[in-house]
Amino acid sequence: MAISKKDVEHVALLSRLDLTEEEKHLYGEQLSAILAFMGKLQELNTDEISPTAHILPLQNVLRKDMPRPSIDQGEALQNAPLQEKGMFRVPRIV
Amino acid sequence: MELYEKTIHELHELIEKKEITGVELNKSVYERIAQVEEKIKAYVLTMDWEQVLQKAQAVDDMFARGGKIHPLGGIPMALKDNICTKGVRTTCSSKILENFVPPYDATVSQKLSESHTILVGKTNMDEFAMGSSTENSAFSITRNPWNLECVPGGSSGGAAASVAADEAVFALGSDTGGSIRQPAAFCGVVGLKPTYGLVSRYGLIAYASSLDQIGPITKDVTDCALVLSAIAGHDPKDSTSVNKPVPDYRNFLTGEIKGMKIGIPREYFGEGLDGGVREKVLAAIGDLEKLGAEVEEVSMPHTEYALPAYYLIASAEASSNLARYDGVRYGYRSKDASDIVTMFKKSRSEGFGSEVKRRIMLGTYALSTGYYDAYYLKALKVRTLVKGDFDRAFEKYDLLAAPTSPSVAFRTGEKRDDPLAMYMMDVCTIPINLAGIPAISLPCGFSEGLPVGLQLMGKAFGEGPLLKAAYAYEQSAGFHLAKPTLNGEV
Repeated sequence: MAISKKDVEHVALLSRLDLTEEEKHLYGEQLSAILAFMGKLQELNTDEISPTAHILPLQNVLRKDMPRPSIDQGEALQNAPLQEKGMFRVPRIV
Repeated sequence: MELYEKTIHELHELIEKKEITGVELNKSVYERIAQVEEKIKAYVLTMDWEQVLQKAQAVDDMFARGGKIHPLGGIPMALKDNICTKGVRTTCSSKILENFVPPYDATVSQKLSESHTILVGKTNMDEFAMGSSTENSAFSITRNPWNLECVPGGSSGGAAASVAADEAVFALGSDTGGSIRQPAAFCGVVGLKPTYGLVSRYGLIAYASSLDQIGPITKDVTDCALVLSAIAGHDPKDSTSVNKPVPDYRNFLTGEIKGMKIGIPREYFGEGLDGGVREKVLAAIGDLEKLGAEVEEVSMPHTEYALPAYYLIASAEASSNLARYDGVRYGYRSKDASDIVTMFKKSRSEGFGSEVKRRIMLGTYALSTGYYDAYYLKALKVRTLVKGDFDRAFEKYDLLAAPTSPSVAFRTGEKRDDPLAMYMMDVCTIPINLAGIPAISLPCGFSEGLPVGLQLMGKAFGEGPLLKAAYAYEQSAGFHLAKPTLNGEV
């Protein structure tokens, strides 16, 4: 299955990636080859098979909603590229 | 024999008998790192000697005061650089996390600290654990200690190389599709991927959450059992961690495997398997038979579908997990962005390497409208079929045996530009992650002068019998005693 340049641009936007023309071309070719290989899965009839998202028989693991210590504001901000007044600073949104 | 060459259990005995101190041991490993790290490049970073000395001294003092020393007490070890260490940079070998200093410890880091091990460094890896050669690191290429012209495997290539080159007594890696076992095989050491849910993933930087699992890379099976006993167990901070009592895995190391039933899945010995690897793995299976195991061929018909299913599932989960790298709260932020979407796009494009971008694109595509059913959902259904093969086989057999990798270590650069050829390197390890079961790789001889790995697979939470068989084989074969020469042109 061939991935068009338009497909690559659409997926790049969804992925929030900014690709160069060269990358668009390369990923288009590579993803086409990889997806062609994945096409092998269509050989199997899976109409009656249920999907496995993970292998453990665990569901809805809950804990009591109790207050407990967490990292403080300073620690939470220590890796921020830009911060101001105890908040993460980003470019203007609206 | 130098101290840095020894195993955990040998060193522990020497420490207990007061023949050596923790400080002496850590000094020996530090001198070894100074001597060989330039050649191997196993580490993203090593800890300051002063810090290590202080910790080793503290262990010695505690012991001198009459305290009991943990089997891992004072042992210098390394952690793959996707395992969070409080106050110590954790990069995932990615530019996007180059300066990330976690404000907390992964549960395994904390457990190893409580066992009084000593962290000597964070090991190199394929960026975000995506790769099979450690060539996808943003920082350096790690070399195989058995031949410096070859890759150490991946993605835990730095961890396996550090143990093989005696730059750490043991290491922890992570395994999503073979990332502990394949580098362990390439570097001639022991690597275990535990059952999904046995070891907490809290603080492991996520790649594919339904497949990721942390495990030990060690010099022999006894050390593997010791490290596993220290890191396994329920953790309320990981909702997929299972609440089961953890045995002392050493109790399984009896050497006695008479009557154990071992299945040999014929699909793992098909086209694409290197002749030298086949010969050594079959010889190892013959040895298991001589030790009293009952060996029989078995068919696992969905094996060939595991690889495409894996790369869809893992990439889909990765595209979601890696959405968090947006340049807002931590990690790299592009300097030239005036609006928020441009900031996201530029930060991610400049911060991620090409394999990571490729898998994010693949995963996003597989999850996008119109393709979800054909790719992602289809892959999840095939996962059920792959797991079914294992369920059926384990009704009859205690263990399964196969190669870890279809070839020995390949040359640096050989597969770098062909993603599909690189993905094929994981063909023998991936089905195990889809099924969530444990598997171990251990050295079973050499082909073309490079180590070959025997892979044993066990039932879910059957690490005990798995280690039992691995130990019996190792003790009779003795390949774990071979040491690399660190030769070759770089």
